[in-house]
Amino acid sequence: MPAYRPPHISPSEITPKGIYLSRRNFIGAATAAGIGLTAGGKAWAAPLTAAPGPYKLNEKLTPKEAVTSYNNFYEFGVNKEDPAQNSGAFKTTPWSVKVEGMVGKPKEFGLDEILKMKLEERTYRMRCVEGWSMVIPWIGFPLSAILDQVEPLGSAKYVAFETVVRPEEMPAQGGLFQPLPWPYIEGLRLDEARHPLTILAVGLYGETLPNQNGAPIRLVVPWKYGFKGIKSIVKIKLVEKQPETTWKNSNAREYGFYSNVNPAVDHPRWSQATEQRIGEGGFFGTKRVDTLPFNGYGNEVASLYAGMDLKANY
Amino acid sequence: MTSLHAAIPALPRRYHAASIWALYAVGLCPAAWYFYQAATGGLGFNPVKEFEHLLGIWALRLIIATLVVTPLRDLLGINWMRYRRALGLLAFYYVLMHFSVYLLLDLQLNFAAVGGDIARRPYITIGFAALIFLTPLAVTSNNWSIRKLGQGWTKLHKLIYLIAIGGAIHYVLAVKSVTLAPFVHIALIGLLLFYRLIRRPLLNWKRGRQPARVAR
Repeated sequence: MPAYRPPHISPSEITPKGIYLSRRNFIGAATAAGIGLTAGGKAWAAPLTAAPGPYKLNEKLTPKEAVTSYNNFYEFGVNKEDPAQNSGAFKTTPWSVKVEGMVGKPKEFGLDEILKMKLEERTYRMRCVEGWSMVIPWIGFPLSAILDQVEPLGSAKYVAFETVVRPEEMPAQGGLFQPLPWPYIEGLRLDEARHPLTILAVGLYGETLPNQNGAPIRLVVPWKYGFKGIKSIVKIKLVEKQPETTWKNSNAREYGFYSNVNPAVDHPRWSQATEQRIGEGGFFGTKRVDTLPFNGYGNEVASLYAGMDLKANY
Repeated sequence: MTSLHAAIPALPRRYHAASIWALYAVGLCPAAWYFYQAATGGLGFNPVKEFEHLLGIWALRLIIATLVVTPLRDLLGINWMRYRRALGLLAFYYVLMHFSVYLLLDLQLNFAAVGGDIARRPYITIGFAALIFLTPLAVTSNNWSIRKLGQGWTKLHKLIYLIAIGGAIHYVLAVKSVTLAPFVHIALIGLLLFYRLIRRPLLNWKRGRQPARVAR
């Protein structure tokens, strides 16, 4: 007997795609015109159904309110509240992701096609390099599902990712003091990218991704620090050499290519031994928990790094 | 002589004491307001960090304010020297609150972690040193100490320059990337400290340009 039965939904209850897409355009236009009073991003979320996937966690979920309002997404500003406040005008339709490089069948995936992938709900811990963490119910699919379709060549060793550049919709990509060089770029070793834990997420908490969380499609690699989870992806490229990554370029002493969660390797400026659970404990009882090697996913991924010095390859 | 003195009506002497007390009251408002916000959920989902950071930024702003008093008098002829002690003491209170929030609410009296941070994390070492250096300045911020210490008081209070530099470095090292807000604070501190280097020659030059006063 299957563990999960999708509820029966009669066709009359389902909003035709044309209508909800036009609704999105209307809301987007309204927000852009400055008359949208709702917080940015929220208005974009639409219900998304997914089967429960493997990798359950017996940990309290971080409240949705916290997941969607305490974010690092420097394209929209460096403060935690900036992404939710400044991403209202960001347009996620139409959208496509180019997958290219050392592949047999390069392909451009449209968002419609992506949303038709076999979606799963995956509840993962998310550990930020700044020393805080969340537990988030993502909706997505293994990155390997897309990689399989494009057939990487034998010479491909790494996967490089790139975020969209749209200064007119992403305020911190313009102006005098830009926090990072754009586009934001990230990378994984091919075996890391193919690992079943590595997913491309298109939703969270049963809805499509809000803009501030990296809509419409982002990477989630739960055993690595959060900044490896590149958001609003437009390009995935299979390459032979280790690709450049934004934070390593900006400060190589502090941020490495691997950036696996590791309580034994401190950030040069702060300790990584413990983490603060966002949304729990409140002002007078901050909840701190010990940080686990590979963010608690050591059983699944430690073998990827057998024989490697993790202090040197941080 | 260029002066805004005439443009800003002087506060009658009888209100001086009251205006200083008003400054203390106004100066503590941000801390009170942010505390209320943090305790009632108005500072987002990481209220401790947010409150801690806001107290630190206000401490830096108050330090900047103490450093502004002298150039304001030199260059614009506005004498707000009577407010400098209040600004300095407020800066000390904010640094103390900033540290207390870190100690009590952030690390929750985990003294091993606090000790480890102070010993190993340069930005915390520097921030803590700034607090230590500020303490004798706060303790001697009274008329009795000024009389008692004489020239020594002036020398001791030059520590504020070191503290300002320490505060700026502490801020830069605490953020992941230097954006507009950190840049403005640090640039102001840099500018105000640079002014101290050129102050003597500048004042001599200004004096030299003025027509010699004729004794009557």
